Amino acid sequence: MMTKSKRLSWGFFVFFIPVFLWLMLLIVLPHIELLRMSFARPAYLKQPGFTLSNYIEFFKEPIYWNTFFRTAMYSITVTMIVLIIGLPVAFYITKVASFKTRGFLTILILIPFWVSELIRVYGWTIILRESGIINHFMTKYGIWKQPIEMLYNDAAMIMGLVYTSILFMVVPIIGVMDSLDNSLIEAAYDLGAKKNVIWRQIIIPHCMPGIISGCIIVFMMVLGSYLTPNLMGGKNSMWFTEQIYNQFILYRNWNMGSAFGFLLLFMSSIIIWVALKLSGQSLKEVVK
Amino acid sequence: MIRSLPNSKFYTITFNTFIVLYFVFLFAPLLITCILAFNDSMIPTLPWKGFTLDWFFGTGKKTGFFHDPLNLRAFGVSFRLAIAVSLMSTAMGTCAAFLFEQENFPLKNLMYLLMIAPIVIPGVILGISILSFTTSVADFFKNNFGIRLDFIRPSFWLVAFGQFSFISTYVAMVVSARLKKFDRTLEDAAYNLGANRFQVIWYITLKYLRPSIIGGLALSFLLSFENFNTTLFLVGAEFPLPIALFNRVRDGSTPVINAISFLLIFATSVCAMVNLILSRKKKED
Repeated sequence: MMTKSKRLSWGFFVFFIPVFLWLMLLIVLPHIELLRMSFARPAYLKQPGFTLSNYIEFFKEPIYWNTFFRTAMYSITVTMIVLIIGLPVAFYITKVASFKTRGFLTILILIPFWVSELIRVYGWTIILRESGIINHFMTKYGIWKQPIEMLYNDAAMIMGLVYTSILFMVVPIIGVMDSLDNSLIEAAYDLGAKKNVIWRQIIIPHCMPGIISGCIIVFMMVLGSYLTPNLMGGKNSMWFTEQIYNQFILYRNWNMGSAFGFLLLFMSSIIIWVALKLSGQSLKEVVK
Repeated sequence: MIRSLPNSKFYTITFNTFIVLYFVFLFAPLLITCILAFNDSMIPTLPWKGFTLDWFFGTGKKTGFFHDPLNLRAFGVSFRLAIAVSLMSTAMGTCAAFLFEQENFPLKNLMYLLMIAPIVIPGVILGISILSFTTSVADFFKNNFGIRLDFIRPSFWLVAFGQFSFISTYVAMVVSARLKKFDRTLEDAAYNLGANRFQVIWYITLKYLRPSIIGGLALSFLLSFENFNTTLFLVGAEFPLPIALFNRVRDGSTPVINAISFLLIFATSVCAMVNLILSRKKKED
């Protein structure tokens, strides 16, 4: 027994030290520094000390908090749309498709997401824009008299966000739906249950863990996305990550940018925490 | 409803149509991007003006990808970055998997939560926090000791560290999943035969983990190659491909972007297919 514990302690430090350094130097300390900077004045002012001015500025300027709440609301909307589309897709793949096509369909839904987000969004821009594919056919066959700009508006942006995040809803739901015993559905059917009853009382309760994981991951992805809102959204539909980018890179006001970053992190943590509490799950289970 | 139950015709048709539409939605942008890479036109749109390979090999007015120094350089940066990041994060991810699956220590749960945090921290936040921290550290060393730490200023290596910080987590999840299923009596047997911890890990556990380590390498390579959000804040003078392409997409594009997209889509699809065939074979064995 003695020798075994000695072996373990040797191995322990070999694994512990690098992991500790990684988490400290690249996760913990950077976030502490971000928090510190959000409570400091810009360096060129040469006024050290604690200040709330970065946060006060956020609440004073409507464009900032408008963007903030719009981003939150749109992220929730996108998550709901993704859930509504994702559930039947996952159901089809696990329960309806024949066993042979199943593996094929699973690979098929994965392929687009192995391709960079930029390329996927770029694909949509060449379809939707004024000189794009849809307008080409619509004007060629005389359905529309002149091309319509379908890009750079909120609807296009929401569609793009749904597109880029839907896989992360479908995959966790497939995972849990797989473990749902078909005979439960058959039994309910034999007892005369209607489809919506089966969905409400059997399928959805069983899939809840997957649904919650999917919702959380999709929500985080959408909230933190930059490319899709930037390339598909309009001039007036700025995303909060773009505000952070502007503060950091355009205005070089890192303190304000840090405050924005923390507000985003804070809001997302609160929303995730509420979702976890409501569903009675832990973060550990969700990220699996 | 499910395979074994009868359905009305209307229901089956509606559901199948929905699924077909879903897959059209999924593949339309990729297919159109690929097709337009071969269109003999100055802008990536229809009408079809004839087949050409100029956007790959062309010189002169239509500079193809293989003669475009800017894009080639960006591709090279991304490639080197992905190699560096995948090696670093696979090593770290495997370490973390061993630490959390096989060791016990105080505050293990807290540390585990910290390790999975990067999955739920937006990439933009990770980018700005690493940028502010490393800049402060570099400033501190410069002002107090006159030491220049340029590699933690926005540069190739800072991007690598930034991507490494969250990609390691994904590798750790992949390797942990397999390590969980490992039969630890195999280790005991090796100890009884006189092996030390290092030998056990090297000859037994790592051999067992090999598929997941290869999977982790592939995953981290892809994640690094296509990362945008974290990279955006840490780039220096060397632009990786997604950043270089982003600037081009915004400033108005030529089909050379379609050509690059085609190559990337093709490469990833081939990888996916190989993966599918290999996993099928494994099941048959």
